[in-house]
Parts: sequence; C-alpha cells; structure tokens
Amino acid sequence: MTISRRNVLRSSATIVAGGAIAVGLRKAADAAPPDVPDSMRSLGQPVLSPPYGVPSKFEKDVVRRLREPRATDTESFSVTPLQNLHGIITPNGLVYERHHAGIPEIAPSEHKLLVHGLVDRPLIFSIDDLLRFRSVSRIHFLECSGNSSTEWGKSGYHSVQRTHGLISCCEWTGVPLSTILDEVGLKPEAKWVLAEGADAAAMTRSVPLEKALDDALVVYAQNGEMLRPEQGYPVRLFLPGFEGNMSVKWLRRLKVGDQPWHTREETSRYTNLLPNGKAYQFAFEMDVKSVVTFPNSERTFTDKGFYEISGLAWSGRGHVTRVDVSVDGGATWQRCMLQEPILEKCFTRFRLPFVWDRQPLEIQSRAFDDKGWVQPTRASLIAARGTNARYHFNAIQGWKVAADGGVTNAST
Amino acid sequence: MRALNITVALAGLLWVDVASAQHARVGFGTPATPDQIGGWDIDVRPDGWGLPQGAGTVERGEKIYAEQCAACHGEKGQKPAKGFDQLAGGRGTLASPKPVRTIGSNWPYATTIFDYVRRAMPFPAPQSLTTDEVYSVVAYLLYINDILPKEAVLNAQTLPKVRMPNADGFIPDARPDVDDMKCKRDCQ
Repeated sequence: MTISRRNVLRSSATIVAGGAIAVGLRKAADAAPPDVPDSMRSLGQPVLSPPYGVPSKFEKDVVRRLREPRATDTESFSVTPLQNLHGIITPNGLVYERHHAGIPEIAPSEHKLLVHGLVDRPLIFSIDDLLRFRSVSRIHFLECSGNSSTEWGKSGYHSVQRTHGLISCCEWTGVPLSTILDEVGLKPEAKWVLAEGADAAAMTRSVPLEKALDDALVVYAQNGEMLRPEQGYPVRLFLPGFEGNMSVKWLRRLKVGDQPWHTREETSRYTNLLPNGKAYQFAFEMDVKSVVTFPNSERTFTDKGFYEISGLAWSGRGHVTRVDVSVDGGATWQRCMLQEPILEKCFTRFRLPFVWDRQPLEIQSRAFDDKGWVQPTRASLIAARGTNARYHFNAIQGWKVAADGGVTNAST
Repeated sequence: MRALNITVALAGLLWVDVASAQHARVGFGTPATPDQIGGWDIDVRPDGWGLPQGAGTVERGEKIYAEQCAACHGEKGQKPAKGFDQLAGGRGTLASPKPVRTIGSNWPYATTIFDYVRRAMPFPAPQSLTTDEVYSVVAYLLYINDILPKEAVLNAQTLPKVRMPNADGFIPDARPDVDDMKCKRDCQ
C-alpha cells in the first residue's frame, strides 16, 4: 500500500495545525486559536459570486471521472464520486453519465415529444405542454446496468467511484407517463412502449406497458432545476428501479405497440450472457445492493479510535429494510442504523459506529429489501451466471483496510 | 368536450378533488398528422413492421462498408479498431470463456441491424445513409457472417425472413437465479 498524496497532505496539515512546524508554511495555519483568521479581518466576496453557485475551490477534486479509457469520448460514461457524497442526494454536477453518441444540445422551444402507435389520438407535446400537466417529484436512484461490471473479474480498482460510481440518486420532477398515455388513449392491444431519444444514437428501448402505467415518469427536472444537458435536457423518460439505459434521455418519441421491438440495446447490448451461451433478455430491475463508501481509498482511517463506517444501499424492487456490515470478511455481521428517509427505489444511507485499533479489516456490507431479496456473495453470483454477464452485478463488495488505513478492493 | 376539459382543469386549480382529474384528458398537445409521424417513425420490428420500401445488394453494401464502416469495424467485420465492435465471426463462442459477440454469433434478428444502422450509423454521421444504402449495408453484414449468399437482395419482404444463427439465444429474465439471492431465514 503506497501512501496517497492526499494522505501526505492531510498529515502535513495536521502537523501544521498542531503548531510543530507552523513557521513559514501555509498562512491558513493562523486561523487556529488563539489567532483571529483573515476571513474575519476583511470583507468577503460580494453576492452573485458567481450568479450560479459552484462548489468551494477546495472541493475541486470532487468530480466525475472516467472509469477507464474508451475508444471515443462520445460513446462513453463517467462515474460519480460516491466516496465524497453525504446523505442520499447526488448533486446535479456529479450525476454519472452514460451517452451512446454524445450529449446533444437541444433548445426546449424546439423540442417535441411525439406519442403515437396503438393510440386513439397521436399527439405532439411541446415542453410547455409537459410543464402544464400535474407534476410529481420523487427521489429515486438511477443505476447503469453496467455498474460494478468490473467486479465480474478482478478489476484491480480500489476506488469505490470506479467500482460502484455508475449510480446516482436525485429528486426527479415530471409527469407520470400514465397521464400522457391517458391523454392519447391506449388501444386495447397495447402492451409495450418504445422510447426513443433525440441524440445521435436515437437511443431506443422497449418498455413493458405495465411499467409505463405504474411508476414511470416523463421528467424535466432534477434536484429542483431543469435537467442538465447530460441528463436528457429538456426531457427524459425515468423508470424507477429499472436499468438506467431504459430511462431514455432527450426523449422525442413514444410509440405504443403490441410486442417489443428487440432493438440493438435490448439484444446485442444490455442482455446478460450466461455460461451456457444463452442470455437473459429484458432483465429490467436493478437488484438490491449496497456498498461501503467510508472508509475508502481516498478517505481512510488515519488514527485509531472512533469512526463511523458508512455507505449506501438501494433496491430496484422496493425499499431497503436492513443493511449488515462485517469487518471480518463476512464471518460475523452487525446490523446498521438506516438513516431516514427510507424510500422506494432510492438510496438509503447506512451507518455503523466503529472503534479502530489499527487492526487489518475486511469491511463488507449486505442489503435486504422489503420484497425478500438479499445481496448475494460474489461466489454465488458467479456460480449462477459465470463471469461474462457484463450487467447486473450486485454482489457483496469487500474492502480491505490495512494497518496504515489504506483501503483496497478485497476481490483483487 | 373542450369546455368540459377546461372545467376539469379549473377544478384542479381550485384543489377540488384533484384525483378525479387523473384520468380526464386535459387537451394538451397537438394532433400528429401521418406526414409528421412518417418523418420520425424510423423503428423496425422483427416481423418487418416499419421496414421502408427500397432494396439493397451485397455488392453495393461492400462498397459502402469500405468507405463508411471499415475504419472502425475492420475489413470484412474482423479485427476492428480498439474499442469498436467486431461485426463478423465468433460463431459458437458464446458459451466459451471468451465469447466474441458479433452480428453473426449474437444478434437474434436481422431486422435489428437495419433499425440500428439506420438510426445510429455510421457513428459520426447517423441517418446519413439512404434507405437503399442501409439495405445494402445490412446485406453485406449478413454476407460476411455467412448468413446470405453474395447475390442476395434485401428488401422489406426478404429481410424479416432471414433467420439468424442465434435466434434462440435469448431467454427471459430468470431471477432469482442465485442461491442466496432471496432471503430464506433471519430476514427481518
């Protein structure tokens, strides 16, 4: 385990704060008592600095990253820094991205949503039309089905951002899809809805009508503001609990049919290959899953004593009822405290008080949901599906904590 | 009808039994004409629903492929540039430790090739090929996968009849399929 640059910086800061070598170093050291900090001796920045607020410059390393290099930067994805998040909401600028052909720039005044197929009245909606409907806001996670796909094998990734960062959780605001389907009127033969994006992939997925009429949303806002361009501005589909790519961004068309379309994204992609050569198709729900996000490879235990082990749990089938944490590689488990609110198809933050005595650990977490599903071990998941399934990896994740606090992926 | 809609909308605004408005139409949106729908309606289903009039040949597809596709996907769909999909070969590898997922080894429906190429390819310039060009590229891709003979002609009638090698390769989601995926005891 090499000591990260961040840890070195933190150690120096601790020494500085302790006054041991304060002279000639950072002026910020003067902020410690009894000295009065500079921030109190002069005026701060004016209002509207800037008009649209951004994080402190000291948070500049809290950013989305590439999980690994891709052949193009438009058919690509970025991962959310789970190691830096608090609570259950992902800030809009940190929500993971997955684009199949780049981020289109779409003026809302130009954008249209066409709804047609097996309907009584094919209609074209403007964004203004959509904003006039009765709206709902719901907090849900969105997870790429390829999240943790690195862990089918031995990824060598020690960062939770890389292993689990293809997930985010936001408050989404929009119109229930059922409201829009009521408006066009479904024919009795209707069974599936094709959703199509206005991007250069014309991203397309078939959605079962049951889901469309259940909790599917046509969303225009996230966390209180209009969608970010990379999240589908000005309008996207949102299917709570289903694999992320089905929540088609830049939604331009919904076509109602009586059978699925078997598009490329639901045949050659986003199907789960098994050892016998067959593949699961239309495996929609993201299974119950959890991951410890503190400690992590960037923010480690630095001294013995009290810490709060913390992480995130979620289920695409319902709500999290229980999370257990093990610090001995799964030999024994302790029940965690779940932080309110505990919502359907949403991040649930779990916490476990822990006193570290510099002993090596392997920290794991396992989540349960209200539908009776539980997070499996990696061994049993692989025993059932092999290592070529690509998607829907939800096994228990282990993190090794070394005597110096360094965190590494236990499966490598 | 419009008067009724307005009444319902007003009732909603006044917070009078909003739930009753849930299944009432509010009259938003403008009727879509067949011509408007036609311009956007590009999807194609395995039964051929959505295939446009037109035709393509392997010979023409080979030329288009060389110009528009080979740089990423490699000559004859083999040896693609790093990070791009191999389109041919790989037959019989899906059950092996290193499956090679190509059109010939993996794709269950030939119509999906038409749908995907028309909407998303060539990568830097999607929707730039004519209908006949798309049919031709599809014909060539099926030819290099040993699914169609060199003289094949594809159109809205012949394409849905092409049977793909992996047509039976997909099964429904069988979860819970993992031993310890459903809680059996001590669950609360």
